[in-house]
Amino acid sequence: MSTVKAAALKPVKDRKPAPDFTLKDSMGRSFKLSDYKGKVVLLNFWATWCGPCKIEIPWFAEFEQKHKDQGFAVLGISMDEEGWEVVRPYLEKTRMNYRVAIGNDTMAQLYGGVDSLPTSFMVDRQGRIASVHVGLVSKSDYQNEITEMLAAGNNTRQS
Amino acid sequence: MQATLGLCLAMPSAAQMNAPLTQAPSAKLMARQGETMSVQLHLQLGAGYHVNSNTPSDEFLIPLKLTWDESPFTPVGVEYPKGQLEKYSFSEKPLSVYTGDFEITAKLRVAASAPKGPGKLTGKVRYQACTQTICLPPRSLAIQLPIEIR
Repeated sequence: MSTVKAAALKPVKDRKPAPDFTLKDSMGRSFKLSDYKGKVVLLNFWATWCGPCKIEIPWFAEFEQKHKDQGFAVLGISMDEEGWEVVRPYLEKTRMNYRVAIGNDTMAQLYGGVDSLPTSFMVDRQGRIASVHVGLVSKSDYQNEITEMLAAGNNTRQS
Repeated sequence: MQATLGLCLAMPSAAQMNAPLTQAPSAKLMARQGETMSVQLHLQLGAGYHVNSNTPSDEFLIPLKLTWDESPFTPVGVEYPKGQLEKYSFSEKPLSVYTGDFEITAKLRVAASAPKGPGKLTGKVRYQACTQTICLPPRSLAIQLPIEIR
């Protein structure tokens, strides 16, 4: 499978805060990124029309299941223009056991514009961006980052 | 009487993330009031990209589609090329796509009351492009063709 080479996790001192945002999930519940402080978050921008995105979705479901009790969560932000009209049928067909919301241009601009999909951000427990992946990345690259970030725990906090 | 005009193929610059699909520059169309004209659009997709055909393989994929703006021209029909079936590593089944250069042929009827003289035929091609590893959001390529109505 064609993948792009993943960048390594940024040194803690180089990590910038992940911009906070408020969205509604598929159950209509409002949530903020800051609600997840203390957890490692895989923030994934995707769409129902994005083939490479769909390769990653089962991986992310596996990560969610495997690591949720260790303080990990996946947030799937759909960039489908038609919103829930197309995303909800897709959710019914696909096992996405993590929180999904519909993104918007305002929120995407906070994250540099999200010009192509999939784009994923790894956010550490202190709410800082540890890595960015644009394009399809290998499952093992994600797994290695998650493992490293979960192990880092509160020891990574720096002033 | 039908007027048919093929538009010259130009070589676009290398594929850019913000505009992988481009249209070759066109010579002026010549048409008469009340006639049906055939217009060929020469499109070119940047290297490494594919776009879904007009009849994609999956319900969630966005088809390529040509539409015209309101004008004294009434769309009669659009003929899209047959999609190539290509297997990509990220897809379980082959996808119906266009790659490289391809043509769309459109027929439009010029209104009998269309004002004579120079004008523009405008529209857009809606498309969604991907490579092997990334997908760009759905985009529209603006189509603008100079025309002279006699």
